[in-house]
Order: sequence, then structure tokens, then C-alpha cells
Amino acid sequence: MELLDLSAVELGTAIREGKTTAVEAMEAVLAQIEQKESLYHCYVRVDREGALDRARAVQKKIDEKELSGPLAGVPVAVKDNLCTQGMATTCASRMLENFVPAYSAEAVRRLESAGAVLIGKTNMDEFAMGSTTETSAYGVTRNPRDPQYVPGGSSGGSAAAVAAKECFFALGSDTGGSIRQPASFCGVVGMKPTYGTVSRYGLVAYASSLDQIGPLCKTVEDCAVILEAIASHDEKDSTSLQRTDTDFTAGLVQDVEGMRIGIPRDYFGEGLDGEVREAVLKAAGVLKDRGAVLEEFDLSLVDYAIPTYYTIAAAEASSNLERFDGIKYGYRAQAQELHQMYKTTRSQGFGPEVKRRIMLGSFVLSSGYYDAYYLKALKVKAMIKGAFDRAFEKYDCILGPAAPATAPRLGESLADPLKMYLGDIYTVSANLAGLPGICIPCGTDSRGLPIGLQLLGDCFQEKKLIRAAYTYEQSCRE
Amino acid sequence: MSKEYETVIGLEVHVELATATKIFCGCSTAFGGRPNTHTCPVCTGMPGSLPVLNKKVLEYAVGVGLATNCEITRYCKFDRKNYFYPDNPQNYQISQLYLPICQNGWVEIDTPQGPRKIGIHEIHMEEDAGKLVHDSWEDVSLVDYNRSGVPLIEIVSQPDMRSAEEVIAYLEKLRLIIQYLGASDCKLEEGSMRADVNLSVREKGSDQLGTRTEMKNLSSFRAIARAIEGEKNRQIDLLEAGKTVVQETRRWDEAKEDSYAMRSKEDAQDYRYFPDPDLAPICISDEFLEEIRAGQPEFRTEKMKRYREEFDIPDYDIEIITASKHMADLFEASMALGAAPKKVSNWLMGETLRLLKEKGQGPEEIRFSPEHLTGLIDLTERRIINSTVAKEVFEVMFEKDIDPAGYVAEKGLGMVSDEDALLAAVKEVIEANPQSVQDYQNGKEKAIGFLVGQTMKAMKGKADPGRVNELLKELL
Repeated sequence: MELLDLSAVELGTAIREGKTTAVEAMEAVLAQIEQKESLYHCYVRVDREGALDRARAVQKKIDEKELSGPLAGVPVAVKDNLCTQGMATTCASRMLENFVPAYSAEAVRRLESAGAVLIGKTNMDEFAMGSTTETSAYGVTRNPRDPQYVPGGSSGGSAAAVAAKECFFALGSDTGGSIRQPASFCGVVGMKPTYGTVSRYGLVAYASSLDQIGPLCKTVEDCAVILEAIASHDEKDSTSLQRTDTDFTAGLVQDVEGMRIGIPRDYFGEGLDGEVREAVLKAAGVLKDRGAVLEEFDLSLVDYAIPTYYTIAAAEASSNLERFDGIKYGYRAQAQELHQMYKTTRSQGFGPEVKRRIMLGSFVLSSGYYDAYYLKALKVKAMIKGAFDRAFEKYDCILGPAAPATAPRLGESLADPLKMYLGDIYTVSANLAGLPGICIPCGTDSRGLPIGLQLLGDCFQEKKLIRAAYTYEQSCRE
Repeated sequence: MSKEYETVIGLEVHVELATATKIFCGCSTAFGGRPNTHTCPVCTGMPGSLPVLNKKVLEYAVGVGLATNCEITRYCKFDRKNYFYPDNPQNYQISQLYLPICQNGWVEIDTPQGPRKIGIHEIHMEEDAGKLVHDSWEDVSLVDYNRSGVPLIEIVSQPDMRSAEEVIAYLEKLRLIIQYLGASDCKLEEGSMRADVNLSVREKGSDQLGTRTEMKNLSSFRAIARAIEGEKNRQIDLLEAGKTVVQETRRWDEAKEDSYAMRSKEDAQDYRYFPDPDLAPICISDEFLEEIRAGQPEFRTEKMKRYREEFDIPDYDIEIITASKHMADLFEASMALGAAPKKVSNWLMGETLRLLKEKGQGPEEIRFSPEHLTGLIDLTERRIINSTVAKEVFEVMFEKDIDPAGYVAEKGLGMVSDEDALLAAVKEVIEANPQSVQDYQNGKEKAIGFLVGQTMKAMKGKADPGRVNELLKELL
């Protein structure tokens, strides 16, 4: 048994059956990190000693039958914008280089009480702003499928860590595609649940109305199990929903007979790479062979998704990031006077992409522009939601690519931010409309880079997505 | 002055709500804790923390809105007001701009020209900021976040007031309503009620508003009245000199009785208000509204009416007693203990007001309990102490809320009921004062007063003067 090749659920089973232990699993992961990390740099922090201590403590509980869940003893990596008690949480920013939270994010806390063992914190775009993990203040992460390429972002470290077997699964956050796009680029499974399904408490906010936490993992089964573990109604988060349908593993059924799948023509037009298009449509064909009913349709408003997203996300970010001022925690620049201290701290503490979005957001909220930009964006957001509502009257899910192309080379993207923003075209709508979306691997391009298939569902319809994704995944294995 | 001017005043009143916990977290709102001990990740703006609305804040805000005839906004939201300052841990204040909880209300005040309605533009909920402590010795500034997140409501009036007297009447009215609701103690001096005055002047008869200024740092009714007078005169002087009033925020300096400009409209900040995405919009249900409506207390007007029907005490007394929630509560609790209305009212109108005035205190600061007041009345009724002793005991009770019965027993202040001892004392006084006896017997009724006084003195005050009077008359 090659431990590192096991999925999270397979490892959990092996540990429960006594074929291996949480400690052995952690040692295997740490050895892999030792070997691969200098090349890939998936992590900003690996807590070796702590990880082994935690693995021993969890194994003891497993031995004493206190822990018996599917994730008990399974090593997990957590994106560095999720607070971890006693472990630095930097958002890959110089601004928070010394910030050690006194509390853990609710999602992390739930995973830990399910027996998952924290390895360390994964690299990301600074404050989750970026699509390549190149805006991190602590160096770039490389794509384990080919180190000349980016892993995607912003949860690039989490996706790469799963792909490089430097963890068994990871948590990421998705504000405009930050779980689904790196999953696509690294050839792993990633899911953003319906807004409000996972508590945002302890997630350092980028855009509060769009942020959701979700899993990055090896299989659809892992995805359902992890999501089931982290979904909760949390009184500490006013936007957290009370759901009674979070038995996501019930969706692990190989059956798409009669499932209505809509294929938006707007997602397959100009700008989509030919190889990606081919692979995604081929995947659609697999589902059709399994009995799904495919239909092309016009989703509409797709061109408006990017400007709407960047207006709302930047507006919220400009306010959310105001608390990083050098007063209470984090980086502080020396200055003679208060406002100079604010300016210097924020000028030196934030990287260029973060500053760009703060400026953009401050602009769209400023007096005289609020109605023209921010308010208009909110109206378009509602219209986009309306377009999806109409689509889901007809379809169980919507199928398309997760990104217009496979991973770009390192260093290619940041020079032209606008082009980088346009790469989010297929993912941002799910955040604007609060919808769940899953991305699973569906082949590779001629350079061997992974291509991702994205399925979008109506709010609360994660199980349909899991069913379709599981059916496709299992069909490919046969 | 060549022209006649009219002053136009609107008020922004901040009221600190009397909730046990803060508006968006579970931290205590108690005053006076050591710095940063009533704090948590939420009220110190830690990364990843999220606000959750304290429902009690909403209940109080709606209660005040209903009591001031406001429309309640059934779908309301919180907005972020963005500005950088160290006392504001997130660098935005969670407040309400676009959809405040209450709108379009009014309260009625009494003026020499008769009752007048003062419009309320809106009432909104918001969080208080922390406090900066400047340590000039160490040359540093420190922040205390204990106050950060303490709930406030801001009551914004229409520019309907025309004089300092109307402003004071309006504030008194608001204060009474809010105190009756138990939503706040509304102490200006301690900052649980703060008023900013927006003032402009215009020629009498004009329907155009003049340029206004906003006056801050007003911590007493006296300061408000003086600041209004000062600002009105300053603006009129400017206009008379052919100059213009600049729209600006001014700070009142109570010691110098003068104001100075803090910032003008030109450097006014752009707060970039937008709806707070961390807080779900609030939908007020019919049930919630009904619950608040049903739980509204008896306000002053209704209370006065009821007192007139139930208690045989003068109208003046009723006005004074109901002008303070605390005094009205004290009065009603004493009634519940079976005390006579007039007796209780006499103590409140007489000694209580006298001592409050002497100590410069307000009726909210009355410390003695209704049990002890009733106890004291009982002691006089049962002739255990006379009225002079009662006043002495009351003064101690006013200070320390002692139990009068226990105090009288402990200090031996009870009247001597031993008839023989009293008779002996009376006889001695008659013997020692033949001239007064003579006068009395010659028809000078007043002379007996002197003899009563002498007897009381001999008894060290512990005799019933009525009984002394009787004995003297018998013997003479």
C-alpha cells in the first residue's frame, strides 16, 4: 500500500482498520514535503513538530474509540487566510507576517474535531487577490504537473499540495473561482458550496458577500465527506445558513439517468482554448452516454460578470482591509505621525495587486461614483442571479469549463492584470449568484496540463453536482 | 441690530443603550473595567471575526421609535462608515445610512406659545468607538477598546427648534421617554446621552435656511443653552458685518464659553458608506413589532392621568414626581408598600428635593429605597419619632440608605413614652420660667410655644411635642 496515493477517505478507512496510523500518514506526508517542497513551495508554513504531536494525540483518540469518523487521522493543509489558533495566519502578505490568531476558523475547528490533523498553512495570492498564487509575499507556488506553470489561484498552494501529495486534502476559499480554477489547473477536485453553507468565522475576509470556504481534494467522494464535515450553521456568522440537507455523501451515486444538463453557448464562444473546449465537451458526452439529457442554451449576461464581480469584490475588499493599519497587529512602519504611519504601513505592507483592488474599491464607493458603479453592479448581480434562476428552471446543472485555458507559465500573467481578470469569466458568476460549483479533472492538453470540468448547480443543489461529478469520475476509471 | 433674526436648530442626539452586552459581540458593556478587559476578536477588529447583532439593541431602538411616533423600517440594513482612526478597530463604524430603523417621527414639547411638535427625521443604530488615552509623560497614545461596540442610537431631529429653551424641552422629553423605556439612563455628564447642535440663523419671515454649523462637545443642558446663545450671536454678527457663515463643525469649550472651528465642509471626509455584507438585512415581522408595542411602559402623560385619578396629591407634585422615572418608580413602590400618597409625596417634594438641590444632584441619583422611606413614615405615624428627629434620620437615609427603624433604635432616638419623666420635666420647666407662665395665664397664647421648646430641650428632643403641649395646658 503506497500511503500517499490513497484518497482522504481511503486513508481514513485504513487508519480505522489499523492498517496504518495517523502518525505514519503524517510522517509520510512530511517526508513528501521534505522532498518536494523546495521545488513546488505549496506551503508558507509547515508545523512539523506540532503536526506529529497532533497526529499522536488523534491516534490515541482513535485507539480509544473516541474518534471514528471518515477523516480521523487524515493530514490536512489549510489555506493561510483561515485563522489557526497559535499558528501564524498571514494571508501570504507582509502585512500579517507576525499575526498569530487566538482562535481558529470555524471550518478548521470542525475539521479538527472530526479528527483531521493540521499540517500547516498553504500559499495563496496575497489576501486571496489573484489567479496564479504569484502575488504571494512569500514566493510563488509551482504547478506539480509541470513546475514551469502556475498552480492557479488564489488557493494555488492548497491545490498544488493535493496534486503533489503533500497533503491528503486541503481547505481553500473561493471568492471568484479561487478553489475551482486552481483545482482545474492542478488536476484535482475542488468545490465551492452554496453561499452560507460553511461558516466564514475566522476566514480573513476578501469580499464578504462572495467568500466561501470549500475543499480541494483527490476524489469526488473526499469532496462530499469533507464538505459534510465543515458545513454548519454558526451563530458567530450572520450570513451562515440553517440547512438540514447537508448529507452531501448521499449524492455519491452513479446515476445521471434523465438528469438535465444545460450547456451555455456563451461559455464556449470566443476566448475559449480549443483543447479545453474539446475536453469539456467530451466529458459532457460521457455524461450523455450515462443517460443525462444535454441541451445547449443562452445563459446571457456573461460579459457583465467580470466587471460586476471586480466592482463588488474590490468595494468590499477596500473596506475589509482597512483594519490592517499597523495599530493593533501585523506590520507597522516607523513614522513620526499617525497618518504617515498609516500610509507607510499600508504602502509597504500590501503588494501591488492588493493596492490596485483597494484603490479600485475605494473609487467605486466614493461619493459621486457609488450609484454609477457600486449600486449598478449590485443591480447587475441581481440580474445575473435571475438568469441562473431561469436556467435552473430547466436544468439540474450547468456544465462548462472552469477556465478559458490551462495554466499559464509562471510570470506571464501579472504584467496584464485585466487579461488575468478575464480568466475568471466562468467562475465568478457562481459567487455573484451564491451558487455551488464543483471542478473535476477531465483530461489534459497537448502539454500535459490538466483541464477542469465545471458543474454549477442551483442554490442548495450540491448533491446533484456531486452525483454528476461522481458519475463522470467513476466512468473515467472504468 | 437692524434686522430681526430667527434661529433654526436641529439636533443629533446619541444615546448609549443599557444592554448588558455589546451590539455585535457578547462582551460586557459595564463601565470602568481595566483597559481592554471587555474585549474579544470582534470588538477589537481581529482578522476573520464577524459581527452578530444583539437583538436587545433592535428592541430598544424600535421601542424608542414607537414612543416617538416613528415609522419602523420593516426591511432595514447596517452600513459601514469608513474612516481611519485608532479608536475604531476596523477603521469602519457599523452604522445605518440608507435604511435606518426608524423614520419620520415626532415628539411634542411645551413652549410658552403652547405645545409644539418637533419632527424626528430618523433614528439609527450604531456602535461606539474605543477610547484613546494620551500619555504625555511617556509621549505615547494607547487605545482602550472596552467601549468599542457599545450600542448607540442616534436620534436626528428636523430643524424644528427655534430657541435654547425649545432644545432643552426637546432633550428633556427624549430623555424621559428613553428613561421610561429603560433603554438608557441618558446622563449627559457621563456621556450616555450626547447632543450635537446644528444651528443656522435667517431673517425672520424667510423660508430659506441659512448656512448651518454643527456644534460638538456639549456635556450639560447649561453648556447646550450657552453654546446656542453664543453661536446664534456669532452668526448674526457675521451677517450683520456683511460676512458669510462657513459650514463647519465647531467645538464648544465650556471653560472659555466659546467655540472654535474643528473642520470645514471642504475637508469633510468621504465615508464611502455601503451596506455591511457581514450582516444580513433585518426584516421586522408583525409579531416582533406587536411584542415591542405590547411591552411599552406607561409613559409620563398616561402616568400623570392615572395619578390624578388614583392618588389625592396636588398636580404640582404629580408633575415633579413623574418628571423622573426613578422618582415615579420610588413613589409607586411606596404605594405598593401601603404608604399614604400624601406622606410620600411630602417627603419627595420637601426634604428630597431640598437635599438634591443642596448636593447638586438629579432625581436619578436618589439612593434610598421605598422600603426605608415607608419605614420612616411609619415611625412618625406611630409617634416613635417626632418630625425633627425624622428629618435628621432622613438626611442619613438620603446619604446612606440606612434602615430608619434600626438606626433610631441604635442611636436611641425614639421618643420617651415614660409619662412620669415627661411630667417631671414639664413641672421643672414651669418652675424655672415663671414669667412665661404668667404671660400665658394673662392670655398670651404664644408663650406656651416657648415652654414646649424648653421642655423638648430638657428631653433632648426625644419627646412628642403634642403631648408636651397637652401636659402644659393641663398643669396651667
